[in-house]
Amino acid sequence: MILLGVQDVSKRYGPVVALDRIDLSVPAGSRTVIVGPSGSGKTTLLRIIAGFEVPDAGRITLDGEVLADGPHVVPAHRRGIGFVPQDGALFPHLSVARNIGFGLDRAMPGRDARILDLMDMVELDRKMLDRRPHELSGGQQQRVALARALARKPRLMLLDEPFSALDAGLRETMRKAVAKVLQAAGITAILVTHDQAEALSFADQVAVLRDSRLAQVGAPQDIYRHPADRKTAEFLGDTIVLSADLRDGWAECRLGRVAVDAPARRGKAEIMLRPEQVQLVQAGPEVGEAEAHGCYGQVTDVEFAGAVCMVAVSLLIPSGAAANAAMSGAPLMIRSLSNDLPPVGSRVRITVTGKAHVFEA
Amino acid sequence: MRRGLRPGDLVSGIAALVALFALLPVGFVIWITIQTGWETATALVFRPRVGELLVNTVLLEACTIPLTIILAVALAWLTERTDLPGARIWSWLAVAPLAVPAFVHSYAWVSLAPGLHGLFAGVLVSVIAYFPFLYLPVSAQLRRLDPAIEDAATSLGLGPWAVFRRVVLPQLRLAICGGSLLIGLHLLAEYGLFVMIRFDTFTTAIVDQFQSAYNGPAANMLAGVLVVCCLFLLGLEILIRGNERYARVGSGAARMAIKRRLGPATWLCLLLPAVTTALALGVPFVTLTRWLVAGGAEIWRWPAISAALVQTFALALAGAALTTLAAAPMAWLSVRAPGRLQRILEGCYYYVGSLPGVVIALALVTVTVRVALPLYQTFATVLMAYMLMFLPRALIGLRTSIAQAPVELERVAMALGRTPFQAVCQTTMRLAAPGVAASMALVGLGITTELTATLMLAPNGTRTLATEFWSLTSEIDYAAAAPYALMMVLWSLPLTVMLYAQSKRAAGR
Repeated sequence: MILLGVQDVSKRYGPVVALDRIDLSVPAGSRTVIVGPSGSGKTTLLRIIAGFEVPDAGRITLDGEVLADGPHVVPAHRRGIGFVPQDGALFPHLSVARNIGFGLDRAMPGRDARILDLMDMVELDRKMLDRRPHELSGGQQQRVALARALARKPRLMLLDEPFSALDAGLRETMRKAVAKVLQAAGITAILVTHDQAEALSFADQVAVLRDSRLAQVGAPQDIYRHPADRKTAEFLGDTIVLSADLRDGWAECRLGRVAVDAPARRGKAEIMLRPEQVQLVQAGPEVGEAEAHGCYGQVTDVEFAGAVCMVAVSLLIPSGAAANAAMSGAPLMIRSLSNDLPPVGSRVRITVTGKAHVFEA
Repeated sequence: MRRGLRPGDLVSGIAALVALFALLPVGFVIWITIQTGWETATALVFRPRVGELLVNTVLLEACTIPLTIILAVALAWLTERTDLPGARIWSWLAVAPLAVPAFVHSYAWVSLAPGLHGLFAGVLVSVIAYFPFLYLPVSAQLRRLDPAIEDAATSLGLGPWAVFRRVVLPQLRLAICGGSLLIGLHLLAEYGLFVMIRFDTFTTAIVDQFQSAYNGPAANMLAGVLVVCCLFLLGLEILIRGNERYARVGSGAARMAIKRRLGPATWLCLLLPAVTTALALGVPFVTLTRWLVAGGAEIWRWPAISAALVQTFALALAGAALTTLAAAPMAWLSVRAPGRLQRILEGCYYYVGSLPGVVIALALVTVTVRVALPLYQTFATVLMAYMLMFLPRALIGLRTSIAQAPVELERVAMALGRTPFQAVCQTTMRLAAPGVAASMALVGLGITTELTATLMLAPNGTRTLATEFWSLTSEIDYAAAAPYALMMVLWSLPLTVMLYAQSKRAAGR
């Protein structure tokens, strides 16, 4: 079931187009991440859904109810949509308890108990109840902001780069904690981020926004493995792009014969591999019979970076007499586990696992 | 190794000396009360006249401050948070009344409506003369507020009015408290404004007493009550303000606030700044122009005017230099060696600045007459009064600019063979020069329009712009007073521009 529908929404600021005919459907109970480089319009989209900005055109519906139809909008405070801004935006003049209870009716029975429940839910120590926002750490502030937004049991929760102000370790913990809380409460969520790793790990559905338009929407695995175009592919992770000749589900390219995900395509095309699909195996210096079938290369550089390192490999092309192989083309950048790094100058055999992705012509 | 006298000790010594001197007015009040004796003192304090003045003062404060808060907050909100046409110009115009000294405001009103007097007139002119003191901090704070907090409140189901009441207003509390205190103290200290519209306050009563009987016990006891009023206001502000923090929590730059659309209400909303400007700038402008035109060339008695100009300029320059010099050691200490003792000393500087000029003048008169007669009615005494009154202005400006000079420079200079004193002078003080200039300007401009202390302390024959203006209006020669009013307004314009720019900068824009 679709909870939130965004149809044909456009927004411009003077001559600058912020959003260009965006279509997005968010299924109930799902976690959707809108990801894009800065300036792509993702925060504007979120603010339009929240009701802080008015779209120039397009419709937004929540659970069948029309929230915005062009410039005719339901004001933000009547939408019942939760919102967690970038730094939490806690009310600096109120204690933690009063921040969390801000949206609750003051005469509501069991109000205090509800506030305590919410604190437990986001795993905040109950001792923090009377603290002021400035006495909390960044992660705790985010938990309070989340609890505050959860208090009114919103149908939809919007999170605007909620983890960007946190340091790397805390970011991952908070991401997991937030996902867990939202799941437990059964709340549909939309999160905005510029961090592709965060998008891929948090989402059921990723919407890639680029230059004010939606470039692609889909499940994280899908859009990572089968991106619509080269820019999306590169935004979501490192790529190896090769030109190839397609026939019967196979591609002939610099790496030899590689299976592709578009069996019907024929002729020239660009294919894409993720670096982790390519493995390097150290080979002896002598050139054997097998040379003709495999693909070999020479390591030209190794960039050590902890667990996973980057290895630059120049392909060796068998030239007539197999003994005199020449290096060719720009080196491939391949990720390799650091426990069996090939030394610089050594010969390696290159193999490919899985299928290469064929970009649309 | 022998521990020599370090420059810090010397600086602390000077700072402590100035602080001690700043305690003089309150010391004087206590000493004179003891000397007067309990019986006489109570007889002088608990009498109907004092009760009358107290009622006047309380009514004045209780009417003026709330009205000013409403006006200033409404204006600030309109100019900062709505699409009001010409918001930038209106915000300039809301600060501009500061360039008109308070007693020139009331001069303008009295010559427009000679029958104007009493509480109503006092409140009207006070609101008009002093609302920029609240408008400046409130609008600066509104600009600084993180709009994300308002978004969060809206997403929690609050309508625009509720967001303003429950989220925006509490965050303006510090600005409103600070501005109200400033206005409250001005109301206690102001002399010219209230004399002109015939409204009695403690200050006007003290000056009256002083002029008829010099430093008689009656005037002194009134000064004591006035000091108590000041301390009461200071304490009240601390109580209301609390020690809460309203700074933005979190990192990164705040997004710009969205301007609210006024729509069809625009014309109605334009009425507020338009009427305020008409009252606060239009009235002085019209009256001044009228007197200047009516007076023609005859009122420009150049010898008298130029004498007053030269004397005012000399007094302003000397007073500014003295005050800045006196504030410098404390400013340096509070940046480089903050501590508990330093905070107490600094407190002395601020408290004396909040005392009315009339109390400071009375204290200096008594002390010079009884202890140092040769100093009585000399420029030295006037300058000392200026110093005490304007110490906080100098201190604030100096402190911020010294804080911007890194301490490493002093250390490098010492490593290069300068003595500590030379090092401070050649690095920190040099870098703080713009701040020194700004402090001197602030003090100097304050002195230009100072009336009460100058009237009470200056040697006979002293003619400043303010005193000359005052004596001419006292003779109801309003036309001849107009050139002096014009000069004071022109003098004060740079200060106004500076304050406006400062508040914009403080908000990071």
